[in-house]
Amino acid sequence: MRQVYGFHGGIHPPENKHQSVAAPIASAGIPDELVLPLSQHIGAPAIPAVEVGQRVLKGQLIAEPAGFVSVPLHAPTSGSITAIEDRQIAHPSGHSARCIVIAADGKDQWVDHQGAADYKTVDRGELLSMIRNAGIAGMGGAGFPTAVKLAVKPDIKIETLIINGTECEPYITADDILMREQADKIVEGAQILAHLVQPDEILIGVEDNKPEGIAALQAAAEGTAVEIVVFPTKYPSGGEKQLIEILTGKQVPSGGLPAAVGIVCQNVGSAVAVRDAIIDGRPLISRVTTVTGEGVSEPRNYEVLLGTSMAHLLTLAGYQHENNKRLIMGGPMMGFTVPDAHVPIVKTTNCILAPSETELPTPPPAQACIRCGMCAEACPANLLPQQLFWFSQGKEFEKAEQHNLFDCIECGACSFVCPSNIPLVQYYRAAKAEVVQMRKDAEKSEHSRIRFEARQARLEREDAEKEAKRAARKKAAEEKARLAAEQGNADEDPIQAAIERAKAKKAAQAMGEGTSESEKEKLEKAVATTRKRLDTATAKLETAKQEGSDFIGALQTGVDKTRAKLDSAEKSLQEYQQANDSADNQADEQPTADAAQEAIKKAMAARAADADKSPEDKAREALQKLEARLQKSEARLTESKAAGEEEKIITALEATVERMKEKVAQAQAKETETS
Amino acid sequence: MALMRITSPHTHGPMSTRRVMQNVLLATVPGVVVLTHFFGFGTLVNIIWASILAIAFEALALSLRKRPLAFYLGDYSALVTAVLLGIALPPYSPWWLIAVGIASAILMAKHLYGGLGYNPFNPAMVGYVVLLISFPVQMTSWAAPRGVGELPGLLQALQACFTPAHFDAVTMATPLDVLKQNSSLLMDDLWQQNAQFGRWAGIGWEWASLAFLAGGLWLLYQRIFTWHAPVAMLMVLALMAALFYDGGSSGSGGSPLFHLLSGATMFGAFFIVTDPVSSAVSTRGRLVYGALIGLLTYLIRVYGNYPDAVAFAVLIMNFAAPFIDQYTQPRTYGHAKRGGESE
Repeated sequence: MRQVYGFHGGIHPPENKHQSVAAPIASAGIPDELVLPLSQHIGAPAIPAVEVGQRVLKGQLIAEPAGFVSVPLHAPTSGSITAIEDRQIAHPSGHSARCIVIAADGKDQWVDHQGAADYKTVDRGELLSMIRNAGIAGMGGAGFPTAVKLAVKPDIKIETLIINGTECEPYITADDILMREQADKIVEGAQILAHLVQPDEILIGVEDNKPEGIAALQAAAEGTAVEIVVFPTKYPSGGEKQLIEILTGKQVPSGGLPAAVGIVCQNVGSAVAVRDAIIDGRPLISRVTTVTGEGVSEPRNYEVLLGTSMAHLLTLAGYQHENNKRLIMGGPMMGFTVPDAHVPIVKTTNCILAPSETELPTPPPAQACIRCGMCAEACPANLLPQQLFWFSQGKEFEKAEQHNLFDCIECGACSFVCPSNIPLVQYYRAAKAEVVQMRKDAEKSEHSRIRFEARQARLEREDAEKEAKRAARKKAAEEKARLAAEQGNADEDPIQAAIERAKAKKAAQAMGEGTSESEKEKLEKAVATTRKRLDTATAKLETAKQEGSDFIGALQTGVDKTRAKLDSAEKSLQEYQQANDSADNQADEQPTADAAQEAIKKAMAARAADADKSPEDKAREALQKLEARLQKSEARLTESKAAGEEEKIITALEATVERMKEKVAQAQAKETETS
Repeated sequence: MALMRITSPHTHGPMSTRRVMQNVLLATVPGVVVLTHFFGFGTLVNIIWASILAIAFEALALSLRKRPLAFYLGDYSALVTAVLLGIALPPYSPWWLIAVGIASAILMAKHLYGGLGYNPFNPAMVGYVVLLISFPVQMTSWAAPRGVGELPGLLQALQACFTPAHFDAVTMATPLDVLKQNSSLLMDDLWQQNAQFGRWAGIGWEWASLAFLAGGLWLLYQRIFTWHAPVAMLMVLALMAALFYDGGSSGSGGSPLFHLLSGATMFGAFFIVTDPVSSAVSTRGRLVYGALIGLLTYLIRVYGNYPDAVAFAVLIMNFAAPFIDQYTQPRTYGHAKRGGESE
């Protein structure tokens, strides 16, 4: 016998399963109208692929998946699309949602479909897409797309495939009856799933309150690798996390997936759906649903086409209107009440519970929490529900999160045992919703904050860069001044620095740049200040002399020094003025420079004009120029001789004339050649 | 007819606050019977008078707070407070003593803080300590047990309560008191020279303690509370007593059995320490909470100024309960063990 593990907490509510499991599964038939919500699973709602008025066949695709975590939808029977509109659906909030409405024609005519009975030869990806295309989502109640769950990353080794036949909720017997009647299909489905995830072991977990189901499964699993594991009945053993702990002793990390601990878990209903999709090519268009409670006279399980209204099923089971005040979709622990009986059955509807008032009495008003801790004893997640309750009630969400609010699986065990009848789960749901909203808001404001801070940082950085440049310039200027001062063999005197600056200015002005009056002013000021200081010092010296002070010597030195400074300041002012004057003179020479520029331009233009001329013309012109120069040279020579200039000059001039004559001869030869 | 819309779960277990309180009341019966047998009708009169006052004060507080009377009185919590205080008070207490105690418990300790579930301190113990500090003479005189003194009849008990001036009770020090005052006698001599000492502890006390133990075990069986806090308290108290017993010399703190069966030990362990409202919440927290009450009880009994100490120990630990909670959160499913990886 395989070892099974326990889990913390859990409760033993009255099972009430015998009422509905006595009779075999019956067909619920084909209702006149089927309403198929586009969202019957966790993930994005499917996108309609049909139009109003279009005729569809049984099993025909009517809505396509919208993304990876989404599944398609198929027509449960043949008929025509009468509407695609918002209808009341079975949802805890009681809201409406988009549905495809089919008017059945009663022919129940199948679309062409085929499976892959020899699935072992088919590629794994192909099999996964077959499951996805069959529209299978977890049939245990959560409705997570099955193909997504099976698409385990290749680097993760799956040790255990678990098929969940626990069905721990009171009243529900859909999985129980499936195990009794279709055990072979479950085992076959388990083998297909095992082929997909390649586990070391395949376990079907069943609570010990289903002996018939267990026997049927054991018979069907004879000679296969599938092992049936039986464990004591306790709610909520069927929770995925709890079942994993029971069968393997492992805990799924908080916020993680079972694959993280090498486990894939699927419901028995999903296993059958996968088997039908792969072997027969039959998409998910119907399911087994329990109809039970004292509000119906014949509780039993039905094979129901998806989209069948709850009212249709209730009528089949002998609904006693007066005996029922609330309709629950799902079980008494985790099911939700529906606003009216005309909501459709969807892929996750495992039970319709129509209890009488004596069976499930209206809860009395809640009393004060006395922190008895019975909830903590019952909690399968090992939380402190009473603390979570106080935090939720007081809106101390941070503390609630710190107490692991989000590890609550909302099984309802705490509320069940609460002696004060506090609807604890409701508080947790509300708190979770608020925290999710707050997280979204926080994320939003965080984004704004980051944006703002980035901008602020950029502005600061730019300012800092500017400041750094400014500082660098200042430093360079100071450095220059210091170097100049050192070279000038002067002490670090402001006057000396001023002189340096003035010199620098003068150089700049020599380049034709603008003048600076301020430098002059500064120098003048320096002269004035120094003179004033000298006056004061002299006055002090006079006073000291009169009084016969001991400081006369020191004062005398000070006066001398100041006088020297004044002299140098005056000198520099003079220099500056001179420099300025000469700069002005240089500025007057500007037009000359411009004339030279003009000449250059002319020459350029002439050369450009030359380029246009023919070689003959060029040659002729060159000859003419040369002759003119020759004449000039000869004239000069004659002048020089007449003036009786130095022999050296005359010789040079004669040589020039000779060279010219030669050139003229060459040019003449060239001219005759070209012409 | 519109269908009812409520959230899951739609089914509920059989337990209710009223049933919890009723069970607690029922579990006190053996102890009360034994006390009455050994000390006369005093305790019974205490309980009845305290109950009447408690319901009256509770109703007064509820009407002042504009709460529906029937709904809140129906939780029996005021009655539990009254019975617990009635048991804790010395038999043949005057009516006004009980009235002051109940007023402190119900009005001050309970409703000023917001009523049932919101009180940080155990109301019965607040009432007890207020009386102990205010009226030490009345609070430390306990009736002589059967066989030692003459037991008053029912009429005399009523007289003692309502016309205390005309009643002259035979009182004597409790064994805890005698032990506390002792500085020269060996344990064996102490036993021989004081008539109120019985087989293991005081006459009457030992049997009353065993009766409260029985009631407590029944509550444990009924799953009204878990074993953690009471067992931790009793274990630590016994351990401390064993450590400082030193073979029964004149400086001995008393044997473990003496401490377990004396004063309010068993009554406190199963009826006061287990008060869920004012205790720590997690099982680990309740272990710490109970253990520290046991420790404090011993320290105050032996080294403090008061002969018994359960009330003080409980109130002091009521202060510490939120702090204990902070450090004794259980490991949630799927979370790593402290300092280790997840299972």
